[in-house]
Formats: sequence, structure tokens, C-alpha cells
Amino acid sequence: MSVFWAICRQHVVLAWRGGHATLAVAFLFIGVTLMPFGLGPELALLQALAPGLLWVVLIMALLTSLDRVFQADYEDGSLDQMLLMPLPLEFVVLAKLLGHYIALVLPLLLAVPLAGLLLNLAPAHLPMLLLAMLAGSPALVLLGGIGASLAVSVRRGGLLTVLLSLPFYVPVMIFGAGATKQALAGEIDEARLAILGLISLASLLAAPVAIAAALRNAVR
Amino acid sequence: MTENTMAKPQKFFLPNPYAEPAHLQLQGLACSRGLRLLFEGISQTLKGGEALALYGANGSGKTSLLRQIAGLLPADIGTISFGDAPSHAPSHTPSRRVHFIGHADGLKNALSVGETLVFDAALWGAPKAAGNTNDLLALLGLKNRAWQAVGDLSAGQRRRLALAKLCLAPRPIWLLDEPMTALDEAGQQLIDTLAGEHLAAGGMIVASSHVPLGFATQTLTLGAST
Repeated sequence: MSVFWAICRQHVVLAWRGGHATLAVAFLFIGVTLMPFGLGPELALLQALAPGLLWVVLIMALLTSLDRVFQADYEDGSLDQMLLMPLPLEFVVLAKLLGHYIALVLPLLLAVPLAGLLLNLAPAHLPMLLLAMLAGSPALVLLGGIGASLAVSVRRGGLLTVLLSLPFYVPVMIFGAGATKQALAGEIDEARLAILGLISLASLLAAPVAIAAALRNAVR
Repeated sequence: MTENTMAKPQKFFLPNPYAEPAHLQLQGLACSRGLRLLFEGISQTLKGGEALALYGANGSGKTSLLRQIAGLLPADIGTISFGDAPSHAPSHTPSRRVHFIGHADGLKNALSVGETLVFDAALWGAPKAAGNTNDLLALLGLKNRAWQAVGDLSAGQRRRLALAKLCLAPRPIWLLDEPMTALDEAGQQLIDTLAGEHLAAGGMIVASSHVPLGFATQTLTLGAST
């Protein structure tokens, strides 16, 4: 177990020093601040569109760094070593994705309420928005990891990662934005939240296996 | 483990770390890359305390053979077995009994030398008694470099740092891909010393090289026919 946490901690340290979190949060804010320029300054319109916009921008911000999760390891030879570590590759992958979640997604989730206020969400809407994102974001990282692992041996595979990951994101997007929209109406959408949690749990089971298989194939 | 072995600062190997039957057997191994057959019919048996030196021209498959033994590359034909355990080749499961040091060293430029050692110890599940960081740095010839960023190290110094996991986590089989590359005379001596201790403790080594390896007890030249 200590090996698991060591991998996780190392990933957090490296992601932090690489400045990925700062970049992703900056990306989130830039994306959100551009919206009123494109959509017009009508507050009611912005509020109505805010759930969808925030989810799209969150996914985009996440994808700015997701392609590097395994690619950096592939390039410097760490991936070979990961296969030899005293922990099955599936758990090594899980540890790295958990590290990625802590280093990247948590800062993004902290920034989301502020970004929501910029889109005229009321403070009362924010808890529900965050709850939906907390339930859905593990799936974003885990499913994105599949795309990242498939594109790992491709030079400049960032765009490929995005292309591979986005289809997986559609269900999360639908239920996430849906749950957030209900929050605007003042309702708690338990069903959609439960489905988001289900998608996250299902990807927690499936994604590490798929990613490990893709990585094993990549080191050949 | 006895007290007096741990007291020696230069000794990083636990007494008899390789409890399992020490034995590595390659039978009829073959490897192809793309359409090219690199080697075939490689059969070799290593017992505890023996080292195999792989020689051969560039592209003759030395690295591929090492990767096959590590389980990183599936063997096209043939089997690899450790001790009495069945071959792992068909299932393509990398072995936890090997250390593989390749050309890509897997070091992280953003970490310091000291941090690298601390992470290495944790990542490889090093036993607590595996000596302290400063002793290990002194052994590797990286004394007083603990605070230096790995990205600022020279090629030879990186090579030395990559050897740290050999000392931190005892594993019976070392696979070294051209270990002497980029190392100065003291560094090459360091490899000889580490290899000597490892073999004396009952370990096994398979190393590829373009220079003669002093610790080798067997040699195999790849691609002699082509």
C-alpha cells in the first residue's frame, strides 16, 4: 500500500512542479471570461447557459494536461519501470490517476464556484454544481486516461487524446449539465447525481484495466 | 538479518536477500522486430552467482533480449523461467524478480537527487534497513548532490543515480543494458563493485555491452550469423 501512495505522491509533486494546475485553472478562467463576449452580456442568458458552459470548460481545462499523464513516463523510460514495480500495473495506473485528480481536478473544482459567479450563478446554486462535478469528475479523469494511454506512443498525441476521450465524456456531460440545470430551478436532482456517481464507479473498475492493457502494449 | 552486516556503511545488500531458488533459464528464445528476425534459438541457463554478458553489433537484439527477460516484450517463441516457477512468457506478466536498467533512465528532471532516492526507496518497496541516503549517495559517487536537480546532472551522473534502485530493493536478477555507457573509470568500477557484491550474494546478472565486462562468467554474442 505504501508503494501506491508513493506513486500517487510523486505524481502530485511532479504535476505541481510542472505548473499544470496553474495552467488548467488559468485556462478555465479565460474560457469563462470569453463567454460573455461571444454570447452577449445578458445576465439571464448567461445564467441559463452556465451549467453547460462550465462543464465544457472544465473538460477542456482537464484535457490540457491529461495527455501528459502517461506520455512523460513513456518518454523517459519510467513506464518500463512501472511494469516492474512491486504493485500490479492496474494499481500503479490508479495511483497516478488519483495523483492527477488531487493535483489538477481539485484546484479546478475550487476555481469552478468563482467561475460560476462570473456567469451569474447565484451562491445558492453552487453547492449543487460542485456536488455534480464531484460525482462526475472522477469519470472524466479515468476515461480520459484511457485516451491518454492509447495515444501514449504517438508524438504530439495531445490532440489524439482529446479525440479519443471526448466520446466517452458525452454521458458525463449530459447528466452533469442536466443535474446542474435542475439546481438552477432550485431542485436537487438525485437521480442524475446517482447516475454520475455510477459512471464514475464503473470507470473506476474498468478504466485501470483498459489503461494497463494499453500501456503494456505500448512498451513492447 | 544480523547486526554486523547492517553496520557496514558500504553494504546495502541484506544478507541472503534472494531466498528463492536462484536460477534463470532461457529456452529457444526468438525475437523479431517488424519483419526482421533479430535472433532465434537462444538457450542459456544462469545459476545464482553467475553473470551473462551479451555482445553483438548495434541492432543485433541485445536490448530486445533483455526486455524479453524482463517481461516487457513478449517472447515470440521460447520460454523464460525463473527458479522453478513456470515460464511467464505466454502470459506476458513482467517479473517482480528483475531490475531493468535501460537507456531511458526513468529519472524525473523536476525532482532533486535526494528526492529521487526517497521516492525510489518507496516505489520499490525498499526494506527499512537498506542504508541511509547519504551513504548511498557516497557509494554512487554523488556525495553532496542531494539538493541538485536531476535535470542538471551530467549523463554519467544520471547513470549513477539510476543504479540506486539496485541497492535499495534487492532483486535476484539484474538486467543491465550497456551499463558502462557514459560512465567514467570510477563509475565503471562502481558497476563492477555492485555487480560483484550482487553475484556474491547469489544474484544473477544479464548485461549487454560493447566493452568486455569483468564480472561476466558467460558470454553470448548475438547476430553472429547475419
